[in-house]
Amino acid sequence: MSFLRPVLAALALALATPALAEMKIQEVTSPGGVKAWLVEDHGIPFTALEIRFVGGTSLDAPGKRGATNLMAGLIEEGAGDLDSRGFAEARDALAASFRFDASNDAFSVSAKFLTENRDQAVDLLALALTDPRFDQDAVDRVREQVLSGLRSDEKDAGTIASRSFDRLAFGDHPYASAGEGTVDSVTALTRDDVIAAWKGALARDRVVIGAAGDITAEELGLVIDRLLGGLPATGAPQPGPAPWLLKPGVTVVDFPSPQSVVYFGHQGIDRDDPDFFAAYLLNEVMAGGRFSSRLMREVREKRGLTYGIGTWLIPMDLADLYLGQFSASNDKAGPAMDVVKAEWARIAAEGITQQELDETKTYLTGSYALRFSGNGPIAGILAGMQLDHLPIDYVDTRNDKIEAITLEDVQRVAKRLYQPDQLHFVVVGQPTGLTSTP
Amino acid sequence: MRLFPFLALKPLVLLTALLAPPALAEQVTTFRLDNGLDVVVIEDHRAPLVVQQIWYRAGAADEMPGKSGIAHFLEHLMFKGTEKIPPNMFSALIEQQGGDDNAFTSWDYTAYYQRIAADRLEMVMEMEADRMRNLRMTEDDVTTERQVILEERAQRTDSDPGALLGEQMRAALFLNSHYGIPIIGWRHEMEGLGRDDALAWYRKYYAPNNATLIIAGDVTPDEVRRLAEKYYGPIAPSDGIAPRIRPQEPPQLAERRLKLADERVSNPYVYRVYLAPERNPGDQDEAAALLILAELLGGSGQTSVLARALQFDTQTAVYTSAFYDGTSIDDGTFGLYVVPAPGVTLEAAEAAVDATLADFLQKGPDPAAFERIKTQIRASEIYGKDDLQGLANMYGEELTIGLSVEDIQGFDEVLAGVTIEDVMAAAHQVLNRNSSVTGWLTQPEEAVK
Repeated sequence: MSFLRPVLAALALALATPALAEMKIQEVTSPGGVKAWLVEDHGIPFTALEIRFVGGTSLDAPGKRGATNLMAGLIEEGAGDLDSRGFAEARDALAASFRFDASNDAFSVSAKFLTENRDQAVDLLALALTDPRFDQDAVDRVREQVLSGLRSDEKDAGTIASRSFDRLAFGDHPYASAGEGTVDSVTALTRDDVIAAWKGALARDRVVIGAAGDITAEELGLVIDRLLGGLPATGAPQPGPAPWLLKPGVTVVDFPSPQSVVYFGHQGIDRDDPDFFAAYLLNEVMAGGRFSSRLMREVREKRGLTYGIGTWLIPMDLADLYLGQFSASNDKAGPAMDVVKAEWARIAAEGITQQELDETKTYLTGSYALRFSGNGPIAGILAGMQLDHLPIDYVDTRNDKIEAITLEDVQRVAKRLYQPDQLHFVVVGQPTGLTSTP
Repeated sequence: MRLFPFLALKPLVLLTALLAPPALAEQVTTFRLDNGLDVVVIEDHRAPLVVQQIWYRAGAADEMPGKSGIAHFLEHLMFKGTEKIPPNMFSALIEQQGGDDNAFTSWDYTAYYQRIAADRLEMVMEMEADRMRNLRMTEDDVTTERQVILEERAQRTDSDPGALLGEQMRAALFLNSHYGIPIIGWRHEMEGLGRDDALAWYRKYYAPNNATLIIAGDVTPDEVRRLAEKYYGPIAPSDGIAPRIRPQEPPQLAERRLKLADERVSNPYVYRVYLAPERNPGDQDEAAALLILAELLGGSGQTSVLARALQFDTQTAVYTSAFYDGTSIDDGTFGLYVVPAPGVTLEAAEAAVDATLADFLQKGPDPAAFERIKTQIRASEIYGKDDLQGLANMYGEELTIGLSVEDIQGFDEVLAGVTIEDVMAAAHQVLNRNSSVTGWLTQPEEAVK
């Protein structure tokens, strides 16, 4: 095979990581004492800011499921002297962008603002964070939007599958139910519940910040204090670890559709675990997102049983999940599940080959730089690194950690990570020949 | 789309179709090889990355009757290998070098891309040029991949009542244009697509004089020219490439109404699509006005005309939006979408929309709202520059539908010059129910309490 040889040979020698080293991450401490990470780049006149408050929807008080999520939807619906419309008009007149989101473990603020009106944009965002109005008419209106989404979810096969999986796995922990809440719980939420959720979620003792773009360290420090200075020092405590109650087997949920949506998995591995890198590499081989992964080859490419299949290690604050997902026509769901089980057993028994290890390493190390594709993504990565308690030089050492993984490591971790006897499949559809495990 | 697991949402035209004033304009260089291949280089030296895209001027609207889905099917088969690339190794070779790749198909184009470290550009250019003419596929490849696209259709369309309604509405909106054909294909025709169909399509359309190559990122035009000459230069042009003159719409004289009832529907809604003029070379004024009209009517959940009337002043709807898509060779579309509040019927919601539109056509927009949208448009040029792949997509798509680099770079100026009078003239022209289709997505009668 002569093709590509000259190019590839040259590349094999030049496998040095693309020059991420040129990207300098600064730690900034604001005058008020809040830390942030910053990548300064004055090429385009705007700043991307990503703020994370640890906690998220898991902070919902008992019986108040959905309060944090509803609060996230309301925080831009009026603040200070501005009602919902006034706030939106002020934001749009500055051409700033603010997004608020509540996930299992964090409340997120994603902001972009132009250099030319940065002070005004920051003042407006500060108003939303520290002085939201939560007007009753806004509460009622946004609640209807959330309820509309929940009613859609009730008839969405993918959502039914993921919620069923969580419910079976996590018992009465917040992880067991949707952060959006249920129709009943959201209907019962009051304005006071929303205010309590805001006070519990947005506090200075749990915040991490990533910033990138046209801003200096000194300017960023002042921005941070203006945004967060008015927030309480402490907020609501996170709940304890989630139990793991999922038994191996199959759960079929009847749903009228030509296809079945299948979620499958078992327990995962902690982000701080010394074996995490090896597990991450193994998942990349299994079905981490590449077309050349084992499950994409076996289930899609060779057998045509699905359009796509993926698996994800999901280390959360209070539980670790190893989850996979695919859709297949009802007559193909069972055969596709058989392939998954066989591949799970094969990798547990045999591990991976030296060639797979080498190729996956070059992919993971080479593609790392592709993630840093602009101010927005960079700010998000900086915030994520801090949420994962990674050191500030992680970007420079991450590829070394991947290079250091040995075949011995992955074979050992494969036996630990892959538990074919523990797999549970939730199948939403009308799959041929499948019934729930008793 | 071969895309998985990412959702392939069409970006809002407003966010991607805008360009910077000269001081901010991205560094763009264009040239054409002797064999007709158009090359566009977009320089961005902030990070050592590169994006290669090749856009073929062939899409679902170019398909022969009875062969719906063949453009998209061929897109999938393009990953099967060549004389030099072993079977199913195309993506793997790129992934082994730390890159990723994918492809997408629309009515007017089929596009392929890779993202990779800048020092691997030569490899991906060699590979992309190779499969322009040397594709290989076996009968088995075709049979298995046909199962994959049928699964794709099942996942993206047949499992989603909203997608089914959208497909039916498009078929009804276009009386004659092939834009009424679903990109993925009608299932019964997809089932009959074979290797010969795929190869005929490939041989007809995959040629340097029917493509635009975009290289964006940490590259220089000289280097790109050298590599393009080396790898794409030797490929002979096809003499079978004809101008894309396709069936046009007759006058549309009667509105169409569809109702799709499905037990999987939870939130019924009203969706209306009007036929609208598209962007044309040297003539983008009306398109610019329609882009602003869509923003005014449904761009913001708090301040747009529909949100104010139906979500704030009355509690008629829980959600409203509007869009304009004019980046196409033939007619574009202008759409409205309303999810009624609980207890409000689709009939009442639709009547409220029409009353709001009538009121808007009489009174026009709030001048302050108009100015805010202009400001946001100017800012989107700045934000847009942060997204290299978005810029590459914009140039690729807009060049492929026949716009020039001058049209693309001048569009912001056209937008800046739009007046309220222009918007109102465009609104009166487009918001004509005779050239529209209105869809109701509902639950089956017996399920409605």
